[in-house]
Amino acid sequence: MTTPLLTLEGVHTHIGPYHILQGVDLVVPEGGVSVLLGRNGAGKSTTLRTVMGLWTASRGRISFGGREITRLDTPSISRSGIAFVPENMGIFTDLTVAENMTLAASRGGMDPKRLAWIQDLFPPIGTFWNSSAGTLSGGQKQMLAVSRAIIEPRQLILIDEPTKGLAPAIIKSMTDALRQLKETETTILLVEQNFAMASSIGDTVAIMDDGHIVHAGDMAELVADVDLQERLMGLSLEAHQ
Amino acid sequence: MSGSAIKPRIEKVSLSDRLADKAPLLLVPALALAGLLAIGNPSTWLTLTVAGVAMGLMVFIMASGLTVVFGLMDVINFGHGAFVSVGAFVGFSILIWLGGWASAPSVFLNLAAVLVAILVAMTVTGLMGYAFERVIVMPVYGQHLKQILVTMGGLIVAQQLIYVFWGPDAIHVARPQSLQGSILLGNAAIEKYRLVAVGIGLVLFLVMRHILRSTRIGLLVRAGVENSEMVEALGYRVKRLFLLVFMAGSALAGLGGVMWGLYQETITAHMGSDIMVLVFIVVIIGGLGSVEGCFIGALLVGLLSNYTAFLEPKVALVSTIGLMVVILMWRPQGLYPVVKAK
Repeated sequence: MTTPLLTLEGVHTHIGPYHILQGVDLVVPEGGVSVLLGRNGAGKSTTLRTVMGLWTASRGRISFGGREITRLDTPSISRSGIAFVPENMGIFTDLTVAENMTLAASRGGMDPKRLAWIQDLFPPIGTFWNSSAGTLSGGQKQMLAVSRAIIEPRQLILIDEPTKGLAPAIIKSMTDALRQLKETETTILLVEQNFAMASSIGDTVAIMDDGHIVHAGDMAELVADVDLQERLMGLSLEAHQ
Repeated sequence: MSGSAIKPRIEKVSLSDRLADKAPLLLVPALALAGLLAIGNPSTWLTLTVAGVAMGLMVFIMASGLTVVFGLMDVINFGHGAFVSVGAFVGFSILIWLGGWASAPSVFLNLAAVLVAILVAMTVTGLMGYAFERVIVMPVYGQHLKQILVTMGGLIVAQQLIYVFWGPDAIHVARPQSLQGSILLGNAAIEKYRLVAVGIGLVLFLVMRHILRSTRIGLLVRAGVENSEMVEALGYRVKRLFLLVFMAGSALAGLGGVMWGLYQETITAHMGSDIMVLVFIVVIIGGLGSVEGCFIGALLVGLLSNYTAFLEPKVALVSTIGLMVVILMWRPQGLYPVVKAK
């Protein structure tokens, strides 16, 4: 748990005239779920996009598995073992569920055993295998987005607000699925605003505000310290439930 | 997960929505039927319909590359007409060079001459597309206004180069012997060349459809049209795909140039920019990025142009603009828009 898989050191990101990330220092240990919390506009999504190379860091250093990836392009970062589930899910709605999955299996065909595991994890993936992804409900699209990210073994998955806008029953299903995924060798960096959900699966937590990390530590410590929750997030876990 | 699995559900599409989705497919037969009723004489109608379909398919050949380039790369290429003109001139030169084949009383040799002209023109315009993308388009990705300016600049440079190599005058292009004249179907006279154009256009449409629907590269293009950023995040080098598609689109414009030159039997340096008005109308009617929409739009434009030219020549000048206005009032994004998730 203590070996760092992903490290951000003093990362700055500018988008046009805006200085979004202002020196982010973040360590994601290997294994388990690391959660990145913060209010809207704190820079959580920009952090994930900068790791993926979708925005280029203007300063600082990003290392993955001991190798610097700061200046690599997005396809190279993806091929190094990082999968990304963006906030808008990035589903290709004109393609079928099967075609979406086929594209995600970039190294060749899909492993039948892994596909069966995914279909067990997310039953709608099998049910609507040949349906257009555009006809899926919001929750099913999110399941497809996560399925696409895990169709091949990846060292790290970046997931941006997977429960956003979903009904409570689907949030529970998604949480259960992430909990199962956590038991595999995959490390998850989860951006969430739903603290109740995040605290139930997170091992470590970092809190962002105004483009930098204001707190980092074990999730259990944060959950146990109501004062810290209120100071960092303005609300306690009780208020989220 | 399985025990607490949510019930699978698919959002219901109403009957009216499903019919509305298929409605554009009925436009072409509806227009043909309306043409038959307005023209009255079945033989005249058949002649005009074949001419309209041939014209439409030639415009489709030129427009299909442009619409995919726009959909995938978000590039407004006003220089697309340059590839049409260069393709026509290269094709003309090859036909002159193969004069023996083109004038021989042999269908096989005549078609071989056209095929060689097409292949060389497509190769030249494909390579020209490579240089165009690297030098002119690549520095202005994501900047539409600059794209319009620099691609128009590229078009002007290409036209001037045609003046340098082939001179400033319009050049007459003779069709190979067996493609001249007409055949009679009942009382309807059908130009042989138009039948060839229909055949090539249909084959091209089916091949493009097959590539887009049934191959991995087609899958990547369709995904890239919708969300190129996500394709990159899945590990694919979209920029290489951009270049490949741009070259393919340029080669298709070159093919269209050869076909259009043989159709008009006269080629000029600005023939590409002249036809671009129709090409843009077809792309807009079809919906940006959609090959199927482009195909339907091209057939509508071809048929309407020919029917109105026969029925009311003055109206023919504005008929395609009118068609575009009506289609956009019905479907503001075109017939089958490919929405970009950005």
